[in-house]
Amino acid sequence: MLADQAMSVDSKTVKKIASLARIAMSDDEIEAMVPEFNGILGWVEQLGEVDVTGVEPMTAVIPNVLRLRDDVVTDGDIRDKVLANAPAAEHGFFGVPKVIE
Amino acid sequence: MTESTYRIQGATGEWEVVIGLEVHAQVTSNAKLFSGAATTFGAEPNAQVSLVDAAMPGMLPVPNGECVRQAVRTGMALNAQINRYSRFDRKNYFYADLPQGYQISQLYHPIVGEGAIEISLDEKNPDAHTKTIGIERLHLEQDAGKLMHDQHPTMSYVDLNRCGVALMEIVSRPDMRSPAEAGAYLKKLRSILRYVGSCDGNMEEGSMRADVNVSVRKPGDEFGTRTETKNVNSVRYVMATIEHEASRQVDVIESGGTIVQETRLYDPDKNETRSMRSKEDAHDYRYFPDPDLLPLELDDTFLDACKASLPELPDAKRKRYESELGLSAYNAAVLTAEAETARWFEALLTESAKAQGKPEAEVAKAAANWLLSELYGALNRMAKTIDDSPVSPAAGAELLALVAGGTISGTIAKQVFEIMLETGEGAGAIVEARGLKQTSDTGAIDAAIAKVLADNADKVEQYRGGKEALFGFFVGQTMKAMQGKANPQMVNELLKKALG
Amino acid sequence: MTDLTDLGIADIRNGVRAGTFSAREVATAFNANVAAAKALNAFLIDTPEHALAAADAIDAKRAAGEDLPIMAGVPIGMKDLFCTVGVEARSASKILNGFKPTYESTVSQKLWDAGAGMLGKLNMDQFAMGSSNETSAFGNVISPWRRNDGGNAALAPGGSSGGSAAAVSARLCPGATGTDTGGSIRQPAAFTGISGIKPTYGRCSRWGVIAFASSLDQAGPMARDVRDCAIMLEAMSGFDPKDSTSLDLPVPHWEAGLSSNLTGKRVGIPKEYRLDGMDAEVAAVWDKGIEWLRDAGAEIVDVSLPHTRHALPAYYIIAPAEASSNLARYDGVRYGQRNLPDGAGLQDMYAATRAAGFGHEVKRRIMIGTYVLSAGFYDAYYTQAQKVRTLIARDFERVWDSCDLLLAPTAPSAAFALGQESDDPIAMYLNDVFAVPASLAGLPAMSVPGGLDSQGLPLGLQIIGKPLDEQGVLNAGLAIEERAGFTARPAQWW
Ligand SMILES: [Mg+2]
Ligand SMILES: [Zn+2]
Repeated sequence: MLADQAMSVDSKTVKKIASLARIAMSDDEIEAMVPEFNGILGWVEQLGEVDVTGVEPMTAVIPNVLRLRDDVVTDGDIRDKVLANAPAAEHGFFGVPKVIE
Repeated sequence: MTESTYRIQGATGEWEVVIGLEVHAQVTSNAKLFSGAATTFGAEPNAQVSLVDAAMPGMLPVPNGECVRQAVRTGMALNAQINRYSRFDRKNYFYADLPQGYQISQLYHPIVGEGAIEISLDEKNPDAHTKTIGIERLHLEQDAGKLMHDQHPTMSYVDLNRCGVALMEIVSRPDMRSPAEAGAYLKKLRSILRYVGSCDGNMEEGSMRADVNVSVRKPGDEFGTRTETKNVNSVRYVMATIEHEASRQVDVIESGGTIVQETRLYDPDKNETRSMRSKEDAHDYRYFPDPDLLPLELDDTFLDACKASLPELPDAKRKRYESELGLSAYNAAVLTAEAETARWFEALLTESAKAQGKPEAEVAKAAANWLLSELYGALNRMAKTIDDSPVSPAAGAELLALVAGGTISGTIAKQVFEIMLETGEGAGAIVEARGLKQTSDTGAIDAAIAKVLADNADKVEQYRGGKEALFGFFVGQTMKAMQGKANPQMVNELLKKALG
Repeated sequence: MTDLTDLGIADIRNGVRAGTFSAREVATAFNANVAAAKALNAFLIDTPEHALAAADAIDAKRAAGEDLPIMAGVPIGMKDLFCTVGVEARSASKILNGFKPTYESTVSQKLWDAGAGMLGKLNMDQFAMGSSNETSAFGNVISPWRRNDGGNAALAPGGSSGGSAAAVSARLCPGATGTDTGGSIRQPAAFTGISGIKPTYGRCSRWGVIAFASSLDQAGPMARDVRDCAIMLEAMSGFDPKDSTSLDLPVPHWEAGLSSNLTGKRVGIPKEYRLDGMDAEVAAVWDKGIEWLRDAGAEIVDVSLPHTRHALPAYYIIAPAEASSNLARYDGVRYGQRNLPDGAGLQDMYAATRAAGFGHEVKRRIMIGTYVLSAGFYDAYYTQAQKVRTLIARDFERVWDSCDLLLAPTAPSAAFALGQESDDPIAMYLNDVFAVPASLAGLPAMSVPGGLDSQGLPLGLQIIGKPLDEQGVLNAGLAIEERAGFTARPAQWW
């Protein structure tokens, strides 16, 4: 339950989250984010009080069924469109900084 | 099932290896799982990419019904629970082969639940040494794109053609205890997928890859910490991965270290596994239900149609070949291991029965023997698969009918088959044109026998003196004199008479 | 001749159909207003040639004697998160700098098919995250409204569809597209004295609309009155096989179905919306709204939506969670801005690109979303929030036993000064306290002007309807509109 685990987030956690989210942040930015983070988390933690026994999490907001597509090729063969906006594209590929695996 | 005996001999005693496999099998479909782009292998880079696959802003996934159908059929073939309610979840991570920044997969509610596969560890005697390997789940997910690192000095190139292709991830229980069991499991799984038609099983083109989970323990202990070696793409490599990873783990533990749960890579050139640190960073996939997609709900009509469309599967077929056709367990196992072989065999059977006017059960043994020895031998020599056999089942049946009807002997049949392979002519035409018909003319056979007995008077003496083993010699000599064209049964009868 | 830019959608279409004026004259007049209103910063990109080309096509159709579609000759503003072919679409974020879609969103295509043209791309809160239009990377939108107390502090137009709201209320366009994730059509409409409707989730296709939170995002029209909203919603709606959450239902003829006679309708007044310390002027307009609906024939009933106060915190878990994932694709590989520091590897490039490309509020929400989905917290936050969402939806389902529609204020206050609430995220989030419950439940909801407060600023009234009952919502809106007699408009100072 949220209420029980109400805890504050420290700069190390914020840093980890920034890294998970792939957002470069300076130490100052991290420090500045800590109270904002705690403010928002502290506020949403009131949800922990709500009794949700036997309640299913919402899946479809309006009753609707998932339609399935026919197995037909209707798309692709549009390489120019796919690459049109790429910051780096060569020989039909997207280019990224070299990855060492 | 007999106890597995695969053990790794360490300095501190014997170790047992525990193996689980996560197999990624590409679903046979024309279009991708969530887009209308094609899935064909080997296209120009980024030519089979839709705006959805490239994760352009505002693009949305729409599931391909055929991929769902194939996953359900596969689940049924694995005797697994089919979940009428499943969901697609997002697995979030950043990599250049994953444009959305997440893979659409199924974590919380997979389309297929628990099932099982029976593997056989003794080909010669398939029923004697079997083991059941549990299937934990089968779920649908998107494949990723491809990165090329050797085309440019400072850049990697990204090709998204594979991105979004439908995969079935089939997760086994950690039930395997030796490389051989893992190999048998993979072969059996591939066989089932190909029977069902849900995956072509082509490991070279990447249609089937295995993530190999390996841990070691002292027999009877709790499970050890496992490592996962990713994307191993042949049965042989899977077995090699297990051998190397297991002994590496034993070495680490015995020299005082601990195994870290990590992702590794198998290098077939060096025949070793190594840590993939690049993928290690912060494994927190933040799975949650994909809000672009509704729950997938399957109704009876859909499920019934899936069920009705399933072919006879290898185990059932093998048992039927034994019980109804009277084939040996070994022959039945070999004929049913691959769908293509079974299909060819059944066509041969139908044609043979027709050509000989007999029930299939009466012609089955000869057909099986001929296919497994003569045809397989020829295909091996020519490095061909049964699908591109130069001889059709009908042509094979014609040959078999000639033998069964006594028109030619087995020996002549071998010659005729060679000529069929060379010229493509029919067996009947070959026999006719080259005068290979076997003779049942008693006069000619008697004349040949008389000559053989006269030329070998000493042996006749010995035979009559009790050395009955010489009978075969007289048969051989007579057949030779008849240039193989004598009816062997008749030779036997007439020889017996002549020798008294 | 009347100033064509004083006309709304219906009047323009009718005039073009009748030949009273040409579509080109209309487009030209609005293009001029757009060009003259740079001080509002409502448009990020002007596309006068698009508006003219669409107008010429309509004029040619008329000359050829063809029937003219429902938005014939109506030039509109397009919120920047709709992708339109060849026109930069940035969602008011630097990270999409230079991105020119090669595709047309379903909603914009439907509008063009209905005879509309595009005046330009409208400013907004960055990735639709905000309630004041202060998070745009391209500067605040200034509300055309000013307080009547002589103070000339620049006011917020509301958000996230702040550019749309400002543009419609300042007569830069007769109608504009908006999107509403948690009030982003209704709150800015209320702040600027115009009408706006968020339809039932699934009515308008999300294909080609830059996503914020997929389970909540809905496009809708913002226009000067209820009839105009009905026309434009009709043009925008409809089944789209490319959106798995699209509803496969015919589009009703909402304009033809308009009627302000509410006899037989029961309107619920949810007691939980009457907050402690509620702004007295907001409460007073609400009371007037109740009287107007009664006057229109409706029966007024008191109802309860017990989980209302949990809606906003649930929203601020669900929306950031979805956003954190939806915005992962902005990585500098396939489109938009790329920041590649010296010697940076792939992951460094991602982090640098996203650090430079996203604004502060976007980063904050991505990080909150990342946190609530992360290992060990997922159930406590996300699953719990989705369960609370079920309860909120259930509240509405139960209330439909005793009423057909709900009436509430749109926002807890009139427009505030730019900068006034931007330091305190939670204070800013509270702007949407009345709007968010209907978003969580996917319900149609509309804001119509209810009157002016003592400072001369518009206050909005919100009508919430049953799923798919846009007609009921529009009709109640019309009943209010007819009785409120709201004719105020901002004095032109720009
Ligand atoms: Mg795996
Ligand atoms: Zn997988």
